Amino acid sequence: MNRIYADNAATTKMSRHATEVMLDVMENTYANPSSLHTPGQLAAVKLAESRQKIASILNCEPREIIFTSGGSEADNQAILSAAVIGEKKKKKHIISTKFEHHAVLHTLKKLEKQGFEVTYLDVHSNGIVRVEELEAAIRPDTILVTVMYANNEIGTIQPIRAIGEVCRKHEVLFHTDAVQAAGHLPLDVQADNIDMLSLSAHKFHGPKGVGALYARKGIAISTLIEGGAQERNRRAGTENLPAIVAMAAALEDAVANMEENNKYVSSLRDKLINGLSSIPHSTLTGDRENRLPGCASFCFEGIEGEALLLLLDQKGVCGSSGSACTSGSLDPSHVLLSIGLPHEVAHGSLRLTLCPENTPEEMDVIIQAVTDVVAYLRSISPVWNDLQKGKKEYVIQ
Amino acid sequence: MLYSDKVMDHFLNPRNLGTIEDADGVGEVGNAKCGDIMKIYLKIDNDIITDVKFNTFGCGSAIASSSMATEMIKGKSVSEALSLTNKAVTEALDGLPPQKIHCSVLAEEAVQAAIADYRTRNGLPVDDIPSCNGCCSGCSHEHDHHHHIDDEE
Repeated sequence: MNRIYADNAATTKMSRHATEVMLDVMENTYANPSSLHTPGQLAAVKLAESRQKIASILNCEPREIIFTSGGSEADNQAILSAAVIGEKKKKKHIISTKFEHHAVLHTLKKLEKQGFEVTYLDVHSNGIVRVEELEAAIRPDTILVTVMYANNEIGTIQPIRAIGEVCRKHEVLFHTDAVQAAGHLPLDVQADNIDMLSLSAHKFHGPKGVGALYARKGIAISTLIEGGAQERNRRAGTENLPAIVAMAAALEDAVANMEENNKYVSSLRDKLINGLSSIPHSTLTGDRENRLPGCASFCFEGIEGEALLLLLDQKGVCGSSGSACTSGSLDPSHVLLSIGLPHEVAHGSLRLTLCPENTPEEMDVIIQAVTDVVAYLRSISPVWNDLQKGKKEYVIQ
Repeated sequence: MLYSDKVMDHFLNPRNLGTIEDADGVGEVGNAKCGDIMKIYLKIDNDIITDVKFNTFGCGSAIASSSMATEMIKGKSVSEALSLTNKAVTEALDGLPPQKIHCSVLAEEAVQAAIADYRTRNGLPVDDIPSCNGCCSGCSHEHDHHHHIDDEE
């Protein structure tokens, strides 16, 4: 069966270039960058080069980059570091949004148990935080603002530059989870006044299990893992050099081709959005304009997302859903609820996320497959039957 | 894989799919808010379930559980159908993942609700049928079940 992979927000296929450099480091630069011998020092050079590449893409200094095991670790470290700073300054208020990734939300929940107060900003029906509401939420005891760069489920891009300005004006630390943005949107931590930023390699065709935290110099970063003096005493453990080198290569490629890729991928996305919008009683979730180039996210009334995914998989289409049945809990995704969708509609969600390897022909196949599967599931759905017979009101017109 | 071959077979090729216009009993359980609704239609002749159809809004295991439950009660007497348990449905499907057991509970309850409707229409007693209708809120049986799911995560 010809499979169409449209789940690139979950993870991406490694690029050939990233795979090649990773293999090369595994075979030829396997020494420990902390070793004094020549192979060790050559490994240290590769590590420094990778750090330099990533720093120049983010517009920061190499020493401001900490390599981590991925986006979740970077999010945890950024937020917990800010909390330690806040504790010392007697500032125990944090501002975030309702639809952050769980790596952020669960870290904040942990801090709430330790006496921190967290304001979760509304993201409204378009899935975008309002800067004036953010500014109004800042208090004298606010230590940190943490707002994701772009949302992982509905792809909406947040007003990061404006948020950075407000945070700088009020002297509040600003962290952004840029896991979905890195490699897809131009990042500039100076222009955007970002103090800390998390990224993850496997979202831009790099390897899994590696990421980075940018932390502006002068911010005291707390360690999550104790041990050796790697990463300037901020992250112990022998560096995952093959993955780090591959991450740097993948990010460089993504940035070099960003304009071209985004133009192409967003044309595929728009084709998909236009095609799926003609399914009756369906809605695009999240803002139409301010969204990631590869993200098409929908809700279809009267059906449930897991059944939709399983039937699409039978047709070779790989997507994802925020329905309760795919999350292992009884509630649908907090992201879909945060934009005001009722539970029964949020259960019928579908996220399709594209990359430059996808083709216009694949979009035609996806549109047909989704149209057919939605129609079938509606034909066996008592909810749809009630809607059709006028026993219930449609939520999505 | 998440599901057994049996579950996938009943999900992809559901038995007894559809509705019965002149049904003798109809039962609907579940709640759209929770993402599962099952509706079962029965034709009953001389205390025997001569035909059964279902419609389901829900995940793969919800559809498979309804399909299996209808297959298990077709041609059976009403009292035999009433004794169908969620455990029997789960076993017939070669098992369900722990977080999906509630789908088999819904299937059991949908059968009971349809039989209760049949008996009510015919002025027959329904006191041997559990009153829980499988809703998400306001019912302690399901409530306990939800906590169980949370514990497993």
